Amino acid sequence: MWIEKQRHILDFTLSSLARRKGKNLALIAVYVLTVSILGSVMFYSAAMKREAALLLKDTPEIVVQRTVAGRHDLMPVSYGQEIVKIRGVGTVKGRLWGYYYDPTVKANYTFMVPEGLSLTEEEIIVGRGLARVRQLSKGSRLWCTTHDRKNVPFRVFDILAPESELISADLILISEPGFRKLFGISGQYATDLTVKVRNPKEILTIVAKIRQILPDSRPITREEILRTYDAVFDWRGGLVLLALAGAVLAFLIFAWDKAGGLSAEERREIGILKAIGWETGDVLQMKFWEGLTISLSSFLIGTLLAYLHIFFTSAALLSPVIKGWSVIYPDFRLTPFVSGVQLATLFFFTVIPYTVATIVPAWRAATIDPDTVMRT
Amino acid sequence: MRKSDRFFLFISTAALLLGIVLAHAHFFGRHDLPAFQTVCNLARSLEITDLCLATEAIYTRHPSQADWHIPFQAHPTSLEHFPTGATIRPPDTWRNKNVD
Amino acid sequence: MIELKDITKVFNAGRLNEVVAVAGVSLSLEAGQVTVFKGPSGSGKTTLLGLIGCMARPTAGRIMLGDREITSLPERFLTAIRRQTFGFIFQQFNLLKGITVLENIMLPAYPTGESYAALKARAMELLELFNLENKAAAPVEWLSGGETQRVAIARALINQPAIIIADEPTAHLDTRLSREFMEIMRQFRAAGKTVFIASHDPIVYDSDAVNRVVDMRDGQVIVSRAA
Repeated sequence: MWIEKQRHILDFTLSSLARRKGKNLALIAVYVLTVSILGSVMFYSAAMKREAALLLKDTPEIVVQRTVAGRHDLMPVSYGQEIVKIRGVGTVKGRLWGYYYDPTVKANYTFMVPEGLSLTEEEIIVGRGLARVRQLSKGSRLWCTTHDRKNVPFRVFDILAPESELISADLILISEPGFRKLFGISGQYATDLTVKVRNPKEILTIVAKIRQILPDSRPITREEILRTYDAVFDWRGGLVLLALAGAVLAFLIFAWDKAGGLSAEERREIGILKAIGWETGDVLQMKFWEGLTISLSSFLIGTLLAYLHIFFTSAALLSPVIKGWSVIYPDFRLTPFVSGVQLATLFFFTVIPYTVATIVPAWRAATIDPDTVMRT
Repeated sequence: MRKSDRFFLFISTAALLLGIVLAHAHFFGRHDLPAFQTVCNLARSLEITDLCLATEAIYTRHPSQADWHIPFQAHPTSLEHFPTGATIRPPDTWRNKNVD
Repeated sequence: MIELKDITKVFNAGRLNEVVAVAGVSLSLEAGQVTVFKGPSGSGKTTLLGLIGCMARPTAGRIMLGDREITSLPERFLTAIRRQTFGFIFQQFNLLKGITVLENIMLPAYPTGESYAALKARAMELLELFNLENKAAAPVEWLSGGETQRVAIARALINQPAIIIADEPTAHLDTRLSREFMEIMRQFRAAGKTVFIASHDPIVYDSDAVNRVVDMRDGQVIVSRAA
């Protein structure tokens, strides 16, 4: 019987909302938009955080850079020989990588010398993003300018797999001789060092030791690397905060409009309802349904759209913001990740404020004496 | 059909779609699929430290390797790169308590 | 059947705009009769009807509905009694705009949680009674004056009340419709219902459907006579 009563009240609420179809549909549209933006940003950040954590979990335990006058400088290979003497250190390798600016397409590439791949001096393996931008395929030529202004042709030996674009879109894998000739870096130097540590618990002590014996070094641990990406996609980060602020603002505006109190027309109608036999509680239940129908519908539709946007269109609308002015942007499918916490947060921030904002201002009007209708 | 019935139908359908979507996330969100493993292997063999999200500047291309100075080295008037600079901060590794 | 014992109603007590709407009214009202409360505006007849119909509480005095005293009941019980016992017809009719005729009629019964099918059936019956069944799905704005009047009356009947209360029902009606209204009231009486009407319209208080006329002025009963 209570259910039937709720269904009746809901019937009336819907009839009442249908009287202002245009206004209410516009309201739902804006609400849906707000929810989908908020949801998009939430899903994107959470999924990216997870993706980063999983992709980078095998990153080197320690990466050692050298800083000169506060800037990142080349690393003498001899430093590595000092580090390998520290107890607990496994292998120490010099890494070669660097940036190359291509004026023809105004794009930055990352050149890298891979372990264990034997390439001839003129062979390169390119990432798919880069290949797209320069329209390269296997066997194509890529001309680069060396540090001493010579033009060198490289031949594309292979293109990296499309699934790997998130880590390799702008990569060019090159042989060591090719790298050193391009950038003019002598055999005494590397870009940085990677240090393998046998026991993970000793990493911090080793880091302290490295800093001690090499004062101009800057060790970066695996944990710091992973935490970087946690911070980038954290909800306190710029993008998420912006969207959150926008959404909260939108709701404040909704609530302000509602909290301004009911119009004379609405109050009169509540008076009539009370006069014909509705109690205060019934009127408030009606207001509850009024708030819930709009907010719940918007929440469901908005969340659906957010999910489709992020995981089916690869965040088509969001990516230009992330991409910035980069020319090369990885084409990747984000692995879907939705947690109950995300949905609960979305629900809490969207459905509840609006429903409350619909009920509370009506409280006063709902308690008026039924006989006021007769007295007017 | 009563209005309230129509509403419940709408909500149920939407909730069902959401449920399907969550199931999709559950099944396709698994990271033990072969495609993902290939990428993990590549990351490991190349010793990748960063995702390739924005290539325009050092600290947006390799945020984990960058430091505080780098954003201001990238441009003569020290403007940070927008919007990526707003979304990708240089890491706060120096705030790490483990650093002395 | 309804006993009013020394009923007083004061609005805005103690303030500058204090109004004594009803002053010390004592009446015995019998069931199954049509009683008209007659008097100029400000005589307190509307307020008195509101008090009888459990819409407001008197400032002083007691009201007995049958053998039950209703003046001291909490709001919930009062509302339940009002819903079950009384049907109201307002001066302005007060139908909800933008809603269909059928829904307007069913509205007073919504809080009871009665089954939709039963409610709808009863509402359609009432519409048939007033020859309005083909207007069930029409929005109330489309109705003529007479049709609106009949829908308002139908709405008052949805909870099958024993007592009908009408406040200046003919204020916006022409002679023909006013007479029609009194005819319907006569039929109610014949069906065993009690009717209370507040009006200063002669068509109402001079009608032979009326059993009793209570003259009021300045919140007090002047004369109470059989019609």
